[in-house]
Amino acid sequence: MATTAAYSPLGTLSTRRRFTNRLMSSLVYLAFAVALIPLIWLSVTVVSRGTDRFMVDSKGERHLNFDFLTQSMRGVFGGMPEGGIYHAIIGTLLITLAATVISVPIGLLTAIYIVEYGTGKLRYAVRFFVDVMTGIPSIVAGLFAYALFAILFGPGTKTGVVGAVALSVLMIPVVVRASEEMLRLVPNELREAAYALGVPKWLTVLKVVVRTAFAGITTGVTLAIARVIGETAPLLIAVGVADSLNTNLTNGRMMTLPVYIVSEWRKGDAVCNDPTAVCIPQITEYRAWAAALVLILIVMALNLIARLISKYFSPKTGR
Amino acid sequence: MAKRIDVNNLNVFYGSFMAVEDVSLAIEPNSVTALIGPSGCGKSTFLRTLNRMHEVIPGARVEGEVLMDGTNLYDSDIDPVAVRRHVGMVFQRPNPFPTMSIAENVVAGVKLNSRRMSKGDTEDMVESSLKGANLWDEVKDRLDKPGSSLSGGQQQRLCIARAIAIKPDVLLMDEPCSALDPISTLAIEDLIQELKTNYTIVIVTHNMQQAARVSEKTAFFNIAGSGKPGKLIEMNDTTTIFSVPSEKATEDYISGRFG
Repeated sequence: MATTAAYSPLGTLSTRRRFTNRLMSSLVYLAFAVALIPLIWLSVTVVSRGTDRFMVDSKGERHLNFDFLTQSMRGVFGGMPEGGIYHAIIGTLLITLAATVISVPIGLLTAIYIVEYGTGKLRYAVRFFVDVMTGIPSIVAGLFAYALFAILFGPGTKTGVVGAVALSVLMIPVVVRASEEMLRLVPNELREAAYALGVPKWLTVLKVVVRTAFAGITTGVTLAIARVIGETAPLLIAVGVADSLNTNLTNGRMMTLPVYIVSEWRKGDAVCNDPTAVCIPQITEYRAWAAALVLILIVMALNLIARLISKYFSPKTGR
Repeated sequence: MAKRIDVNNLNVFYGSFMAVEDVSLAIEPNSVTALIGPSGCGKSTFLRTLNRMHEVIPGARVEGEVLMDGTNLYDSDIDPVAVRRHVGMVFQRPNPFPTMSIAENVVAGVKLNSRRMSKGDTEDMVESSLKGANLWDEVKDRLDKPGSSLSGGQQQRLCIARAIAIKPDVLLMDEPCSALDPISTLAIEDLIQELKTNYTIVIVTHNMQQAARVSEKTAFFNIAGSGKPGKLIEMNDTTTIFSVPSEKATEDYISGRFG
């Protein structure tokens, strides 16, 4: 009995199948590990290099402080240990908020049109152009917004609104596609249930369809925000750079985090000639990495907020 | 208040395809009328024309007239949305709104239309509708729980409560028990018997025992072949249909010799 296997009507698990199973499992786990490497590497690098700037105070001494978050770059030059991203954080938040305010209504209404109202060729055309918009390079969106405002308000108009329009061009297709998918997931039975109660179509769409899909739409909007908040090229063209705080979206240039990172990085090492002044040659690099860390943290915080919102609004199933 | 429905020479089309041909029948107030027939014979389509729900499908249209106490539902100045407030509907699969609690589901017909109601009125409506649907005792302690937390049979009774909360004149039921177990089915059938004191009820069913149990009148629909329109073969008292039908096709169908 030990040497000869007992007869089984189901046959036996062949060596070949055992081998294939092992091989495929290993490949799946290997691919997962490979995919994790850049993610972990990037996180570790950004955190370790991004904390350098937070360890330098205005006297050049090394201890943890958060000057970087409360100062702008006004009057900061050379290897001075001061200088921060307060103006860039505010700029990024304001411009992204403005872009969201422009994109979400347009994107959501377009998605509602496609799913609930559109028929025939027009609906097909709208979907086609949304697909085309998804592929627009961000630099083109920036040039478009810049050119548009140059025609309307004269050449060289660089304000927060121009940047917000440029980001909207990138955001709208993402919002449309995400919302469209979510609206499609709402079962038709719910629409019929509302119609059968004598609810007009527009109220059904608003209070049943959009309400049921709201959690998913929030996630889609967050993804769209995450997509544009790190955009550099269009903002460099449309908003320009600034050293000090500007909270007026309609007047003057503003700083944003990605542009701040680029402009600090471009400065290169500072030249320290005056032995009496505190001077750190690598301070610009410190600032660039620290700004990158803050940008990532802002995106993470936005994701977290969106998850909370979507959890609160998602359809309830439990008892 | 229950109303009578008279259907005269009704044809239903989906685009150029004729789905139901030349139906004329009368539905008495405070009675249960059952529509039976094989799948695809147009009985659900016909049912949906009674509250203009078929118009949700693009290209659907009708010819002929449907009179509710003498008013043609298809008059050009009649609002289909208003028709559905007078003719409620319960669907094959229970479909409570997943984002709403049990109580919110019951008052959905009012709240979704943005009409305001005092807290007391809302509570009264929730209680009376759930009592009307024989669900009150089972859910009165968890009205704020999601509607989807109930069992299938309870969800269907919740949908009935939601439909009767807006006090329609007629209640249409499209195979309301086909997704339910026998015990839940029995509960719904008992409920139908109680509801007919206040409403006119039209029910589509594939279960001929159910038609025999709950209805006073039965209409048999049939279809000559695929691609052909469904037709009303005969309509009569349920006892007559199930004992001495006048048409051979009816007798074949109810005795299982169909097809």
